[in-house]
Amino acid sequence: MSAPSSSSASPAPSLGKIFWIFLVMGATSLGGGVVGYLRTGLVVRQRWLDDVTFVELLSISQTLPGLNATNMAILVGDRLRGWPGALLAMLGMCLPGAALMTAAAFAYSVGGDDPWSKAFLHGIAAGAVGLIVVVMVQLGSRVLKGLADYVFVLATAAAVAGFGVQVPYALLAAGALAIWWHRPRRRDGGDAK
Amino acid sequence: MKQLGDIAGVFAYLSLLTVGGGMAAFPELKTLTVDVYHWVTFPELLHFYSLGQLAPGPNMMMVASIGVVVAGLPGAAVALVAFFLPTGLLTFAIGRLWSHLAAWRWRPAVQLGLGSVSVGLVLAGAIIMGRGALTDLLYAALAVVVFFLLLRTKINPAYPIVASGLIGLLAHWLEYTPVR
Repeated sequence: MSAPSSSSASPAPSLGKIFWIFLVMGATSLGGGVVGYLRTGLVVRQRWLDDVTFVELLSISQTLPGLNATNMAILVGDRLRGWPGALLAMLGMCLPGAALMTAAAFAYSVGGDDPWSKAFLHGIAAGAVGLIVVVMVQLGSRVLKGLADYVFVLATAAAVAGFGVQVPYALLAAGALAIWWHRPRRRDGGDAK
Repeated sequence: MKQLGDIAGVFAYLSLLTVGGGMAAFPELKTLTVDVYHWVTFPELLHFYSLGQLAPGPNMMMVASIGVVVAGLPGAAVALVAFFLPTGLLTFAIGRLWSHLAAWRWRPAVQLGLGSVSVGLVLAGAIIMGRGALTDLLYAALAVVVFFLLLRTKINPAYPIVASGLIGLLAHWLEYTPVR
């Protein structure tokens, strides 16, 4: 394979197996928190990755645009069986949820205007706000290191939610500033000049 | 045909904004689907988004739902491909380059810098979503309870969210009047 494999000695799984394992994870990872399901499936059960590789791939997934779950599927599939592995892992991950949300939209067009459906969905939306704030706190506890990082968070949020700045501009401006803030500096003159 | 082209353009664009998760794209998702193209109303978007949190797999499969609303099954297919293909190819390419990037001096700066900005985008998404979903005291209280429950316990998030829906039903049954 073109991509470097992890330290596991076992031979690479078949494409069918990759598709199946990701399909199962795509169908069973209910209620968000896909990362936990991925670790259980890939590191603990299948032993396709060790924990160090898992965390490294996860940090790539979180830095790049795209959802963690699909980015992880692509990176792991590529490591196991090159691009066909990446494609099948991603398809497996997405198919169950995509089928369900497609069906949900058709059901919604039939019963979505019913006041009982609206009451139920209103409650779910309120609960989902709680979930999103938890996800944000967990993400923040990993990536926010100093006071300046919190300033970047608040400035970005205020620009987008308060002043209606379009996300790409906020992303470019705050991103450039934050990256510059964390720019590599020479340490104790070791490699200076 | 024009609609399928619009769907492809909107979701390909949105996919590039999902730095740090799907919620980071929520502000633009709302602007484009509700205010610019009028594909869904804001409450409808909230409904699909929250249902999407309950669906298994990646938490943005609700893009398929919006595709269906606009253009039926072809709309769903176009929305999914547009949302997942561009970032998928990018991840694939960067994943292969990553071993070369490992020693890049700017890599930690990019990771830390984008990290804090992505938290900010998720916060913005949560605020905008909250404006639509937390319409009065009851729903605000629901969000707060779910927040602390998920922060303090390892319970599967699907349970408290479904429970929130049931409380919404109960409120409707009791002809609850909003308290602001």
